[in-house]
Amino acid sequence: MAKRIEAVNVTAYYGSFKAIDSVNMVIEPKSVTALIGPSGCGKSTFLRSVNRMHEVIPGARVEGTLTIDNQDIYGKDVDVTAVRRLIGMVFQRPNPFPTMSIYDNVVAGLRLNGMRKKSLLDDACEKALRSANLWNEVHTRLNRPGAGLSGGQQQRLCIARAIAVQPQVVLMDEPCSALDPISTLAIEDLISELKNEYTIIIVTHNMQQAARVSDRTAFFSIDKTGDPGRLIEFDETAKIFTNPSVKKTEDYITGRFG
Amino acid sequence: MTAITAPSTTRIHVRRLPVWAPVLIAVVAAVAAVLLFKTGKLLGGGWVLTAVGAVLLFLIGLSIASGMVEGSRAARNRVATSLIYSAFVLALLPLVSVVFTLIDKGRGRLDGAFFNNSMRNITTFDAGGGAYHAIVGTLEQAGIATLITVPLGVAGAIYIVEYGRGRLANAIRFFVDVMTGIPSIVAGLFILAFWVLIVSPHLSSTGRPFYSGFAAALALAVLMLPTITRSTEEMLRLVPASLREGSYALGIPKWKTIMSIVVPTALPGIVTGVMLAVARAAGETAPVLLVAGGTPNRNPNPFQGNQESLSIYIYEQASLASKYGLPRAWTAALTLVALVLALTIAAKLLARRNKLNKG
Repeated sequence: MAKRIEAVNVTAYYGSFKAIDSVNMVIEPKSVTALIGPSGCGKSTFLRSVNRMHEVIPGARVEGTLTIDNQDIYGKDVDVTAVRRLIGMVFQRPNPFPTMSIYDNVVAGLRLNGMRKKSLLDDACEKALRSANLWNEVHTRLNRPGAGLSGGQQQRLCIARAIAVQPQVVLMDEPCSALDPISTLAIEDLISELKNEYTIIIVTHNMQQAARVSDRTAFFSIDKTGDPGRLIEFDETAKIFTNPSVKKTEDYITGRFG
Repeated sequence: MTAITAPSTTRIHVRRLPVWAPVLIAVVAAVAAVLLFKTGKLLGGGWVLTAVGAVLLFLIGLSIASGMVEGSRAARNRVATSLIYSAFVLALLPLVSVVFTLIDKGRGRLDGAFFNNSMRNITTFDAGGGAYHAIVGTLEQAGIATLITVPLGVAGAIYIVEYGRGRLANAIRFFVDVMTGIPSIVAGLFILAFWVLIVSPHLSSTGRPFYSGFAAALALAVLMLPTITRSTEEMLRLVPASLREGSYALGIPKWKTIMSIVVPTALPGIVTGVMLAVARAAGETAPVLLVAGGTPNRNPNPFQGNQESLSIYIYEQASLASKYGLPRAWTAALTLVALVLALTIAAKLLARRNKLNKG
């Protein structure tokens, strides 16, 4: 059920500011792709372009071609909500819906898209929470507020919420940057498990994390502030971290720059 | 030889005034103030002067005592703290005074007759009489106005925050701001000119214009709409963008995101804004007087004929040349405040219940 994503000359703007320039990338199904690079280099912008979240910001737009299994994501007759159901997303900071219980948070995507049957929702909720390694911790208090969980639990709740709608691709925008090492480990384990079913793209500032969880790594960079971000190198993670073919990648990974 | 030494910051234990010291200073200041101003008739005496004098003496005494024992920083801290408490008490004073006066004077006619009778056939010389008709009128007028303005106001705010882009949204926001400042009498005149004089003749069988509670509700709606739109707008803006994005990322359409995520998150604040508008509208006199007319009789039908409201009732009774008028006015005022208070509490409870845990 995982899908292949292909980016051809993807260029993204915020108003007149060009944030990323001509990114070309092929992301294979059931793989984990890490996007690394210094702050402001366009990793998150590229990630948000993939499920059309980029255009939520006023004045933001995308040029170039992005396809999922050869269907144009930015085609004229594309339903944006359908794209986002296919390509789920987990954000940097956990953002459970504060007015909803744990249960309601997990099934929000299903329920608000029309699924009403209690038994189906119950099953989906349990399945998603189990996949997110959260079921054991919360199954006795599903009707408690989702915002009452710890930060790490909230982030796993958000992952459960994202995979409850059964997307094909899961985008993660620095999902562990607000978490402690133990929660981070829990989420990294989770990513390795999710890889069996989903295509995952993860933005991270933590290079050890990229090395640990990803199959392939993309290195983005900018020349200077105000310039658009570019994809410098995209290769197998092992190669990027041991024998990068571009000098700039090596400088970044060894800590000489950025 | 002068050596400049930095203030020693190594000491963290300092001498403190004992807890009873401020209390003692307060008592001494109070006694001194009473002796000086009240008994001594300094500056003419009087309780207000005595109280102010006591506070000033307390501040001076406290700063001196604290300055001697604890040092100047602690003394300044104590004075600032005392000043803030004084300001709080000062701000609370009028409110407490209003509530006390209302209860004191309003309880005189707080009887069954007041809530079950109108002013029909009650002359200047008659005791008794009540505000039944006025209470019904206020509830109907404010209720209809709320029914009209809440959907419009909330929808308007949603447009401004979630959809409005460019010049039109800015213009709407500007005019909402301008409307917030409309004097209530102008809203009343507008409805008088538009609804009562132009529209209502077409609705009556005789072709004559007529007053009605509904016209009053329209005038109140004109006043409430900008308040509700504005407060709802502020509340919607407080909802973090990350919640909207989280919802979009689940493939939830924009309108469902707004209805199921954004508005429920902002609901307690929206309810507070609505209740402020309702409270203001329920107390409006001028526009209601202009377009509902007022009447001593019961008229439960808001769409036909003169209707009373509590604020008109208070105005009429307070200006009545009768010893029975003023007590009725006070009780009506107490009723109005109690009504608004009850509605506010009910709305708050409702909003809180909605917030979580249906299961």
